[in-house]
Amino acid sequence: MFNDRWKLPRAGFGSSRGAVFSPPAIDAAGRSSNSGGNVYSRHSHGLEQFFNHIEDRSGLQLLDFSGVSQANVGFITSLGCKLYSDDLIQSLDLAFGGGDIYENQSQPERIDTFLNQNLNFPENHFDGVLLWDVPGFLAPPLLKAAVDRLRRMVRPGSYLMAMFHAEDRASQVPVYSYRISDAKTLLLSPRGSRKPAQFFNNRAVENLFQGFESVKFFLTRDSLREVIVKR
Amino acid sequence: MWNKRRDEDVAPRPPAAAAPPAMDVSREPASAPASTAKPSAAEAMRGVAAIGKSVIIKGQILSREDLYLDGEMEGTVEVPEHRLTIGPHAKLQASIRAREVVVLGCVNGNVEASDKIDIRKDARLTGDIKTGGIIIEDGAYFKGSIDIVRAAADAAKHAARPLQPQPQAQPVAVTATPVLSGDKR
Repeated sequence: MFNDRWKLPRAGFGSSRGAVFSPPAIDAAGRSSNSGGNVYSRHSHGLEQFFNHIEDRSGLQLLDFSGVSQANVGFITSLGCKLYSDDLIQSLDLAFGGGDIYENQSQPERIDTFLNQNLNFPENHFDGVLLWDVPGFLAPPLLKAAVDRLRRMVRPGSYLMAMFHAEDRASQVPVYSYRISDAKTLLLSPRGSRKPAQFFNNRAVENLFQGFESVKFFLTRDSLREVIVKR
Repeated sequence: MWNKRRDEDVAPRPPAAAAPPAMDVSREPASAPASTAKPSAAEAMRGVAAIGKSVIIKGQILSREDLYLDGEMEGTVEVPEHRLTIGPHAKLQASIRAREVVVLGCVNGNVEASDKIDIRKDARLTGDIKTGGIIIEDGAYFKGSIDIVRAAADAAKHAARPLQPQPQAQPVAVTATPVLSGDKR
């Protein structure tokens, strides 16, 4: 049933050193049972739609929050785009570590510091943002401030791509590094799991991006819902 | 029996076990974490200037040969025509300009590498990169922008091949004697 999702990466962009390309054992929810480092492939309609808007437009500035990887850098720069890369999950740990990370994310001064260190860009600077599943790991006060900041940073008419874990009330969700294999295929590299800050139903996602022009949902066969948001 | 032991001690010992000169000690880490290649011998042959891990520099470095930097540095580093290797112990708060940059340590600052930059596993780089090509190993940390400058990469490649035959000379050799055309290695 899931066989069509296991695709070997192309030799080009997905060939980062040291990566292991073998389909992991997954449970019914689509999770990898092995968090030890097996990379698996996943078709992504959201990514396809995102890059449809990028195609044939070189010189754009894209923001990638998945952390740097040869795959993403290779793919995005091959489109002629400039890439800004950051591992926002790691930045969260640095900024809000020491105690309850989600309680710390409610402190206004720490929120300001985090935004100034990680989301300090001029207005209308980016033409697209790959948020991945980061919103699920931000507590509501920080998330609201971050989305407001993102809205200012991206140009009108540009797109954000985000993912939301679908399992309600799961105490831990897997954390991935998202690597772009091609314009419609992602390689997900597990890097442990963590407690989510909050879960989102469709209405909550729409509310989160209410300052944006439109929100489009993509049905997926696993536990990650994809969303494309237009500024 | 004694003789046997002596033989065993001498035979399997690799040449690297011999005490190296002081400069070689600081050079070795540049190649050690590099996954498969063994550049230490090659680098030693080429002559790499080395700054060891206990050295702290504030100011400007301008090198006209390959440079291995494993200490602390604050300022600017320029190696316009050669390779700069930032060792695993290095902590740089500097803007960097080089033909080729290999990062194994910690860098905070912008990097301009006309040919390519290679960010190895466990390296940490925070800053903006402008380069002709980039290699990033899994496990490296990077925060900043990446701007691939294709023209710079092409120019660097052409500059790296100065010994190619002149465009005019080649056709003359080919038309004069076919033997010479097969001889142009």
